[in-house]
Amino acid sequence: MAVSNEFEPSVSPTSRLPVIGPGHTYASINEKISAIVLLRGTTFGWLVGFGIAFMIFMMMLGSISYLIYKGVGVWGINNRVGWGFDIINFVWWIGIGHAGTLISAILLLLHQKWRTSINRFAEAMTLFAVACAALFPVLHLGRPWYAYFLFPYPNTMGMYFPQFRSPLEWDVFAVSTYASVSLVFWYVGLIPDLATMRDRARNWFTKTVYGFFSLGWRGSARHWHRYESIYLLLAGLSTPLVLSVHTIVSFDFAVSIIPGWHATFFPPYFVAGAIYAGFAMVLTLAIPVRWVYGLEDFITDKHLENMGLITLVTGNMVGYAYIMELFYGWYSANEYEQFMVHNRVLGPYWALYVALIVCNIIAPQLLWSKRIRRNAWWLFAISMFVSVGMWLERYVIIVVSLHRTFLPSGWGTYAGTFWDWTLYIGTMGFFLTLLFLFIRLLPMISMSEMQMLLPGASGAPQKGEAKS
Amino acid sequence: MKPSTRSRYYGVLAEFESPAALVAAARATHAAGYRKYDAYSPFPIEELADAMHDHKNPIPKIVFFAGLTGACVGFGMQVYANLIHYPMNIAGRPLYAWPMFIPITFECTVAFAAFTGVLAMLALNGLPRPHHPLFGVPRFSQASQSRFFLCIESSDPKFELEAVHKFLEGLKPMEIHDVEDE
Repeated sequence: MAVSNEFEPSVSPTSRLPVIGPGHTYASINEKISAIVLLRGTTFGWLVGFGIAFMIFMMMLGSISYLIYKGVGVWGINNRVGWGFDIINFVWWIGIGHAGTLISAILLLLHQKWRTSINRFAEAMTLFAVACAALFPVLHLGRPWYAYFLFPYPNTMGMYFPQFRSPLEWDVFAVSTYASVSLVFWYVGLIPDLATMRDRARNWFTKTVYGFFSLGWRGSARHWHRYESIYLLLAGLSTPLVLSVHTIVSFDFAVSIIPGWHATFFPPYFVAGAIYAGFAMVLTLAIPVRWVYGLEDFITDKHLENMGLITLVTGNMVGYAYIMELFYGWYSANEYEQFMVHNRVLGPYWALYVALIVCNIIAPQLLWSKRIRRNAWWLFAISMFVSVGMWLERYVIIVVSLHRTFLPSGWGTYAGTFWDWTLYIGTMGFFLTLLFLFIRLLPMISMSEMQMLLPGASGAPQKGEAKS
Repeated sequence: MKPSTRSRYYGVLAEFESPAALVAAARATHAAGYRKYDAYSPFPIEELADAMHDHKNPIPKIVFFAGLTGACVGFGMQVYANLIHYPMNIAGRPLYAWPMFIPITFECTVAFAAFTGVLAMLALNGLPRPHHPLFGVPRFSQASQSRFFLCIESSDPKFELEAVHKFLEGLKPMEIHDVEDE
């Protein structure tokens, strides 16, 4: 028999679960994934979901309008706690975004084939999460219309450059590079699929729009050759980039002298936390999407299990960091550090600390069980706990460290106001609105990469997989 | 008045069912001495570059030098800003605080490398190019879906319509299409 497109499960050696369901051919993969966009149309369920998300998004715009009208005084921030919800939410969102780059870049370099089906989706999540994240520091400027002051540009003031010796300025470069490189990486990945959409589109308008964005891609082998090399290089560039972004975010804290922030282990601690939160968010989104769109063939239980495993590993790294935080406080033999630890666990915000430990350390321990790792309901519930826990973590780091620092006369308390909450919840609407549009308008799984998972796709004369 | 085959046709396109068939066809085409030809597939095929002897790829070099430029620009900008343009004494700390310049230098390296690389890939591929003679063949829409194509182009010095047809038929394709130039 010549090479056939018929499928044999491509089983990874470590587990018996396949990364793609049985019976798929090159054509069936394309049909199934593109049909979600081209044939399914706008369903009632999508409209309801999009409508709810859009209303929450509108709430965000309302909240921002009032903020700009009144000023940052509408928030709960005060003299003592100057970084409230906005920086908590900034770190939370940007951390969530990191899983997308991890899946698309790091797992690509590590030849993890299971990443293929969740990669596009997770990258989209990265972009939308970064968009949400970037809002907060800009709004926190107080006069967001001057946000361009943060970039070097020629001006009449004679101050062409911002203060490059400040970690907050590093953040500007890190986040803007991260957002733009992620966007380009995502778009480059989309080009061949946009060409497929162009060729499958049934009406002139759809064809033209996809055709425009596909840049006239025609699948030439010479083009693929260069395409693959730049795709791999982008993965190679994104890998240190994603680690650098959260490292620099952690420098915002670690470079200062606030007790509880001034610690050398912040970069790895933050990066692990970001991956942890990000994978939890991918699970939170992938589980309902795979169910609604019947994508169990592509996002198999193996994917869920692997994501569960990464959540467990990074969760334990975060747990280790929590213990180390306490240890450092004690070992520093520094009165202020020791007080900070005491205040964090037993101070006025003790309940948040307990909730943090329950959500981030205790809940993920359930993932040791294979049965739970392979059960979508359990994973969904645990991922929710993690998302909440990671938000609490930033709350504890930022608010609890700031509210009682060196001088008792300067102590105070902090709580988010109505406008803090509407903005925070509103960004979730923004995120979901973009996500609903993405699912409706673009192929959410990379078709060309899924096709490469089929045996024979390497072009080797016999059964493709044997050669490598 | 008489149009030569060279100007009337972009080339001749053969359609294959599997990646392996396409790779075999590309090998045979190269062996037969054709040089202006290309293969089309919905996804990258590992063996194809080898079969087509397509080894030239300047992308890694471009990315490397773009990254190097980014590093120099990033670091240079900060040195210029802090030492020359606006030296500011902050509690006697050194102006040339190079460790503080590393994060932005790194970000500039990545940004320059990534953007230049992507633009270079598009430029070398001749994209964006919304229309192409190949799109005139209705079956070619399958090239992004589930079929594999090989096109011998009329710009090849060896191109003779009859001979190319005969040669491609020998490769046992599913179908052969003439691609008209526009």
